Amino acid sequence: MKLLFDRIDEPGLNALLVYERRGGYESLRKALGMSPNEVLTEIGDSGLRGRGGAGFRMGQKASFLPHGGMEKYLVCNADESEPGTFKDRELMQKSPHMLIEGIAIATWAAEIDHAFIYIRGEYAHQADILEGAIEEAYEAGYLGERLLDSNHSLSLVLHRGAGAYICGEETGLLDSLEGKRGNPRLKPPFPAIEGLYDRPTLINNVETLCTVPHIIRMGGNEYAKIGTETSTGTKLVSVSGDVQRPGNYEIELGVPSREIIYDLAGGPPDGHRIKFWFPGGSSAPVLTEDDLDVPYDFDSMAKAGSMLGSGAIIVVDDSHSVLEVALKVAKFYAHESCGKCVPCREGTNWTVKMLQRIESGEATPMDLDIMAGVQEQIIGHCLCVLGDAMAMPIGSMIEKFRDELEQDIEAARERFGAGELEDVIPIGVADREAGPMPVH
Amino acid sequence: VPGWDEEVNLEKDPAVVPDPETTPVPDELRQQIEAAMARYPDRHSAVLPALHAAQQLHGWLSPEAVDEVAAVMQVTPAYLTSVATFYDMLETEPQPKGHHDVYVCTNISCSLRGADEFYEAMIAAAAEHPGIHVREFECLGACDIAPMASVDGEYVGPLEDEDAATIVDDLGAGRPVLEAKQLRYRKCAGPGVAQDASQFGPDEEHA
Repeated sequence: MKLLFDRIDEPGLNALLVYERRGGYESLRKALGMSPNEVLTEIGDSGLRGRGGAGFRMGQKASFLPHGGMEKYLVCNADESEPGTFKDRELMQKSPHMLIEGIAIATWAAEIDHAFIYIRGEYAHQADILEGAIEEAYEAGYLGERLLDSNHSLSLVLHRGAGAYICGEETGLLDSLEGKRGNPRLKPPFPAIEGLYDRPTLINNVETLCTVPHIIRMGGNEYAKIGTETSTGTKLVSVSGDVQRPGNYEIELGVPSREIIYDLAGGPPDGHRIKFWFPGGSSAPVLTEDDLDVPYDFDSMAKAGSMLGSGAIIVVDDSHSVLEVALKVAKFYAHESCGKCVPCREGTNWTVKMLQRIESGEATPMDLDIMAGVQEQIIGHCLCVLGDAMAMPIGSMIEKFRDELEQDIEAARERFGAGELEDVIPIGVADREAGPMPVH
Repeated sequence: VPGWDEEVNLEKDPAVVPDPETTPVPDELRQQIEAAMARYPDRHSAVLPALHAAQQLHGWLSPEAVDEVAAVMQVTPAYLTSVATFYDMLETEPQPKGHHDVYVCTNISCSLRGADEFYEAMIAAAAEHPGIHVREFECLGACDIAPMASVDGEYVGPLEDEDAATIVDDLGAGRPVLEAKQLRYRKCAGPGVAQDASQFGPDEEHA
């Protein structure tokens, strides 16, 4: 079943003429013939859950915005920076009008007349394409005053970021869009009440908004028949890492993960086995070979102890060590932590240092306990989930690959002649819970 | 941040909003910033586009470049510097005017496929070229062509170590960089996604 990727590779689809010829903007026409409330009901009926990472129901989110005429904004989150995720890039590059149409419909449903697309600065090519598409849409009357002679007016501005992972977090994004450092805000108030310029703001991911025209075309109830009961529809999955055919695939939610990794992406290179995989970007707790039959949908992934996140599957095969990947993950989040909340700023940095201690032969198995403790102390203690995004995968790696990490510790100690563990650990270790090793 | 370790001169007044009368700003830059300010309900939202434009012109966000933006936007240089230091794409270290940026992604998906080795090769290849600025970068969102790099915004991959020298040569010659490996020509991974012209139906004249 292909919705978003139907004809995605058609040459010239990024031009208005081809998009229109393929039925483009018909959904907008249909939506403008309905009342905002009717459109909102269709979106609600579809059960569409946010495709950016949190999986919150879009219809519900849109209904949180106050009704009536006032300054309200829609911000499309196109700051796709979760490691392993590259689905929005393909959509914006190849079918920018699908996104514009989705925005035009969503703003009608939520009675909004100003919208922004916040695209990450690195996506220069995609931003240029979008800019051209927005201009075309203005000229054709799909944007601007009184769209298609309806009562809906909409201005759409493309805003380019400048390279900061945290700006994909919705409140960090809002601060960045207001011209500040991209620091997350305290919630509540949630953006639906106080968002951009302190006005009610609806924030949705590119893929979510691109799905809206299809929901209007099919009808919400019809769309809800695709996928599972609680994870409706199709999902773009970005598969990368140790697979033979990395790329974006559109799947029906609820298919077994094995089908995605093996049948679509070709599985790991010949002669190798999957050691572990991230089911939803590098922020997701890792799963192993045993979890390959878990259905790929929001709830099954949560039940398996991980999350669907942005739909980015990163596969790691047995030729790589857990330590190497853990260090990459931790370094990334340490670099991207904005520094506003202490548990995240310190926790990410100390996790990097503790992992480096393993590499340099200074660590003892107790370091793993301390590290696991640090992860627990990050989760849920910050304004945003950047810290959690490191703590969850690192915590799961320590839990699931403790034996390997202990072997790494011992091997590195031997390599650097750091002495037998029995000689270092003895002093009252039993009652120590955390903290550095005593010098003696 | 340049000068962060220098002693603070307490005699000196803190930087104030530059006087537009006495701060010369290149016309082109002023127009770009003013156009950006007009696009938003609040002119402060134009900070990123304005800093992008100034960096484009000067090669990096030098104190002079920041002053120019501050004069047009009527904000303090300190505010702009605080923003500039937050974002990876905004340069607060001196870079030659018109330099080339090579961002090598060394995040998980790319490093699993040899990005760290390519990064070393890229540094070595560009060592003698001060006009090529090579740096590691966060996940650039193109793990399907891992390992990959962004050369002046153009995504290329999958890269092999030998490609580093080609990138340097192509930049030197002013050619499109590694054209055969540019992401813009890459088809969707499929399967089930139409890719052949014959699969798109009869009217193809706008292809």
